[in-house]
Amino acid sequence: MIELLQNLIDGLGRGSIYALLALGVAVVFGVMHLLNFAHGELITVGGYATFAFFSQFTGGSWWLAAPIIVVAAIVASLIIERVAFSRVRGASDFTLLLTSFGVHFVVSAIFLLYVSASVKTFPRPGWVTNTWSIGSLTIEVFDTVVIVTTLVVLAGTAWLLQRTMFGLSLRAAAADFSTAQLMGVRSDAVIRGAFALSGLLAGIAGIFWLMRAGSITPSGGIDPMLKGVLAALIGGLGSLRGAVLGGFVLGLAEVLLRSRLPDGIANLTEGVVFLLIALLFIFRPQGLITVAHAERV
Amino acid sequence: MTTMLEVTGLTTRYGSISALRDATLTVGSGEVVGLIGPNGAGKTTLLNTVAGLLAPATGRVTFDGSDVTTLSPEKRVTAGMALVPEHRRIFVDMTVEENLKVGSVTRSASERAADLDEMAELFPVLREKWSTAAGYLSGGEAQQLAIARGLMSRPKLLMLDEPSLGLAPVLVDVVFELLDSLRAAGRTLLVVEQNATRMLEVADRAYVLRSGEVVGEGTGDELAARDDLFATFVGDGAGGGAEPS
Repeated sequence: MIELLQNLIDGLGRGSIYALLALGVAVVFGVMHLLNFAHGELITVGGYATFAFFSQFTGGSWWLAAPIIVVAAIVASLIIERVAFSRVRGASDFTLLLTSFGVHFVVSAIFLLYVSASVKTFPRPGWVTNTWSIGSLTIEVFDTVVIVTTLVVLAGTAWLLQRTMFGLSLRAAAADFSTAQLMGVRSDAVIRGAFALSGLLAGIAGIFWLMRAGSITPSGGIDPMLKGVLAALIGGLGSLRGAVLGGFVLGLAEVLLRSRLPDGIANLTEGVVFLLIALLFIFRPQGLITVAHAERV
Repeated sequence: MTTMLEVTGLTTRYGSISALRDATLTVGSGEVVGLIGPNGAGKTTLLNTVAGLLAPATGRVTFDGSDVTTLSPEKRVTAGMALVPEHRRIFVDMTVEENLKVGSVTRSASERAADLDEMAELFPVLREKWSTAAGYLSGGEAQQLAIARGLMSRPKLLMLDEPSLGLAPVLVDVVFELLDSLRAAGRTLLVVEQNATRMLEVADRAYVLRSGEVVGEGTGDELAARDDLFATFVGDGAGGGAEPS
């Protein structure tokens, strides 16, 4: 019982980060029909910004690094939109997909060429490994911070989507882009806004991802990208609620499997997770939550 | 009467097929103009081209004195145009109130608040379902929402594409009464309708389209007198609720 509770908390902590990544993927998919395989590059950019920050200011504070990561991710997201995705707006899904792969490789190559192929490290905050206990339950301070922050960010995002004109425009554009245009929703503004929001969410996820990792490599974006895209697919692409749900499901599944699988194959957790996802798609190809989609321009 | 909309020699193609050929028409300020004709005549293509969703191959669209031919749809809304699209296209996952708010995205917060109050008064049916997801509305309610949403941008010209399509006869009456009240309020309307007979009752004038071309124009009486057109617009239109192609 205690072990299960322990797993649940660990899973929620992990799932929180995935949920933020998946929500960013879903927001962009909504307005552009783009499954963004370059989403993880926002974390890569944040990672190198963190590395640069700590090598400039030895002993610098994560309180300063955190906003730098968020700003770096938002700026990177907007630049990628302007340089790459704005040119293929309205193109076929396949073109968009290939473009996002291209962006992924180009960003990785830039860090490979101009920084280094080797791992760049930075100090992790001291409290990352701290724990606190309730009875026999041991909870990581890190998981607690991640879960609480994520809940606050999700509440803020929900407020944005439901109570602001930008949020309403974004949802309208995601449901039916050309009809949203007919209402006067500016396509440029709503698409850029979606990329900025996606960058913001990736930046916040990136803070935690990088705090725990303490390092970055040119291909460091692949793992967070996979988690975000998979979680969004599990939840049902295009559904924002689904993306969040998918994130938590993926996090919980990973933690539960890792602790339950026999010792010999615990290392295969990722493979088993993929197997389960494949099974899910056989029975529910649309993901957990179904969205009605209008045609896109 | 000043001219609100002037369409000159408009041709719109899908690939190599011209869905609309050399269409010319005008809508005066305060006028209610109908666009009638059978399925596939190019009526929807004409409205979508005027609204900016489709780019014409040739021709010009002048609105309220300025050339808008190359403007994006959203800029045309700012200029004062609104289109209530075919099949209503309301945002089903959003509430009635949210749908209306999206309709007023080009306006200020205070204007929006005033207009929401006005729509609640004008459409009692919607007021009752204010916080309901629009996907749960009946066909008639959804059509009223689509029209109210179109009005939220305070358009100088409101275009409606088949507002009575797919509705039960009693609801068709509701829609035509609504058109009549909009007309009485002095609004400028350009309306595509299959139900030609009903349309000619509320319209000042109508244009008849056939196979992508404007083949006739006039008041209801004038058009009814033209034997050559009679079959074109009455033939398909009498049912009113026919599904589009």
